[in-house]
Amino acid sequence: MEVFVFSLFNGILYGMLLFLLASGLTLIFSMMGVLNFAHASFFMLGAYFAYQVSDHMGFWPGLIIAPILVGAVGALVERYALRPVHRFGHVAELLFTFGLAFVIEEIVQMVWGKVPVSYDVPASLNVTAFAWQGLDYSAYRIFMLLISVAIFVALFFGLTRTRIGLIIRAALTHPHMVASLGHDVPKVFMWTFGVGCALAGVAGVIGGNVLGTEPGMAIQLGPIVFVVIVVGGLGSLGGALIASLLIGILNNLAISYDFSLYPIFRALGVERDVDGILADLVNLTTGGIAPLVPYLLLVLMLIFRPRGLLGTRDV
Amino acid sequence: MIMPGLKKPGAGAGLIALLIILPLLTDSGFAITVMSQAGVAIIFALAFNMLLGQGGMLSFGHAVYFGLAGYVTAHVMNGMANEDLPYMPVTLIPIVGGIAGLFFGILIGFVSTRRAGTAFAMISLGFAELATALTLIIVFFFNGEEGVQTDRWIREEWFGITYGPDIQVYYLIAVWCVIAAIAMYALTRTPFGRISNAVRDNPERVQFIGYNTHRVRWLAFSLSSFFAGLAGALHAVNIEHIGFETVGLGQSGVILIMVYIGGTGNFAGPILGAILITLLNSYLSDITPAWYLYLGLIFVLMVMFAPGGLAGLIMMHDPIRRVRPRLLLTMLPSYAIASGATLVALAGIIGLIEMIYFLSTTVTRDTAMVLYGIALNAADFWPWLICAALGAAGGYGCARAYPRMAETYNSAMHEARATVAS
Repeated sequence: MEVFVFSLFNGILYGMLLFLLASGLTLIFSMMGVLNFAHASFFMLGAYFAYQVSDHMGFWPGLIIAPILVGAVGALVERYALRPVHRFGHVAELLFTFGLAFVIEEIVQMVWGKVPVSYDVPASLNVTAFAWQGLDYSAYRIFMLLISVAIFVALFFGLTRTRIGLIIRAALTHPHMVASLGHDVPKVFMWTFGVGCALAGVAGVIGGNVLGTEPGMAIQLGPIVFVVIVVGGLGSLGGALIASLLIGILNNLAISYDFSLYPIFRALGVERDVDGILADLVNLTTGGIAPLVPYLLLVLMLIFRPRGLLGTRDV
Repeated sequence: MIMPGLKKPGAGAGLIALLIILPLLTDSGFAITVMSQAGVAIIFALAFNMLLGQGGMLSFGHAVYFGLAGYVTAHVMNGMANEDLPYMPVTLIPIVGGIAGLFFGILIGFVSTRRAGTAFAMISLGFAELATALTLIIVFFFNGEEGVQTDRWIREEWFGITYGPDIQVYYLIAVWCVIAAIAMYALTRTPFGRISNAVRDNPERVQFIGYNTHRVRWLAFSLSSFFAGLAGALHAVNIEHIGFETVGLGQSGVILIMVYIGGTGNFAGPILGAILITLLNSYLSDITPAWYLYLGLIFVLMVMFAPGGLAGLIMMHDPIRRVRPRLLLTMLPSYAIASGATLVALAGIIGLIEMIYFLSTTVTRDTAMVLYGIALNAADFWPWLICAALGAAGGYGCARAYPRMAETYNSAMHEARATVAS
């Protein structure tokens, strides 16, 4: 029971972290049609900036400064690099962000080296929040959860209750109409891109010290975020939330329980003493196939329901 | 679409002669290896461009077919060596790889080619990640992180060829490279090749004239996977090992970058890109740790400013060359000025990048380094100042020279048009 509760809790935490990335990505994707391949790279930049700032000033200034820096980098990239590429079409934009992800990874390696940096959890939060059935739960994880829930709530109200949110939502579906009404749509794009990147940066700041701050962190998380926005549905924050939590919880449960898949094969009439490819399959556990599940979900979703769980239009 | 070079049989024969002579000019084993790798890269790049350039499908996972075919080839060769499988000459083994690529291409292509554009790109990414995850799960076939070893020397073949020496493998790759290139070029000239272009440019209209766009894409995808598989088989024969990284996102990304830098809108573009990037990769990666950063920057700049790639840049001048070749000479000065400014800017920027890299990767406290053959201390101020000044001056020069260069080009094009019109 306690394993279940703890892995559920960790799953929700991982899911909320994914949501911080996915929320920005899905807004950018549905508004501009740009699948930002470099989105997870901004997440990585957030972690590295926070490491650098916390090295000089401590964790708390980093929590504010790093996301702002990442957002500024994102807005500049949109304004001066992505916008000129826009006229070459969506595939060119996708190629650009792919190249950008490549370049950011190399720059991170250039500046901070190829080995992980020691970006640590702040000492004030590195305490046990509660212990239950002999398992400790760290206060920092509670803090991560609070931050991500607060951002979700702020984002939700910002988009549904404010005038800016109204313009952004209108620009998602009817960019030309919004432009005709006198709004500067390219500027809305730039701000959305910047804020989306800043949200990824927040995820980097609060997640980098738990997941590990290293040059490979972007490429590990990036494809999973794509899965989230496709499964959740384009332009749907609610869908992104459900998909993030679904993937986060599934992943954590599969790994912490690590069930053997052998009973399924036995039910199908396959015994343990087989050779060849079946020998690998009967020895599989849910922990072993956990890395596969998101991508399987992505492929199945794109084939059978391209609009995702709560989306209103196809990818 | 303009397709230079191969349209003229003379140029084709010249290229083939070059392929034969090239390895005889060197006695360096490394050079032969690089040339073999370039040959494999050319086949793979041309196959990739059947999707991206001719079919308009951007794939982030085409290495799946390259790598899977490599695994199948390695297993078939090991099976033949153990006499579990009937013998066939290693000369013909790329066909096995091609068929393996075709098989997986038909299978996966059916579901992934329903739509083009971003949806296709994402599905290809999903399959790339699936394949990578599977390599570590299905040990029976992929043998985990170790990969599969193989031995290309099975028995003596025609004319006493054993594929022991690297030079024999080079010629094997060269022959298959020529066959594959001719076949893929011929495909672009068939009605299928044309309709594949049409599906790229205007799928709705193609549907109106009665074609099934899914089927056209599926066929293009399968054929492309066949040639990718052929390249994968040659890769396995060449390095006698196949590992999990060959199916992964990294391999797919490198081929994408090669093809794009070479140029997607032109049949010769991917060949150019494959040769250039393989050469640079082999020789520059020893010289500088920042090679991948430079590669990424070149790619990003290409996407922003030269979406036609190198071949596109060259072919921009083809109309002028055909009408008034002398005009090209008058354009040279402005091109030379722009190149000079670029070189100055590059010298500064590369110097800065190299120094930052050196400082972040050096393990000792020693900050003495060698840059452009000059011994200097990276802790000093003046190297940074000089490099920054060079970069700024070159950047300013570029900002002035490139608009002039574009102006020269435009006026030359204008004159060429006027000549045609009169």
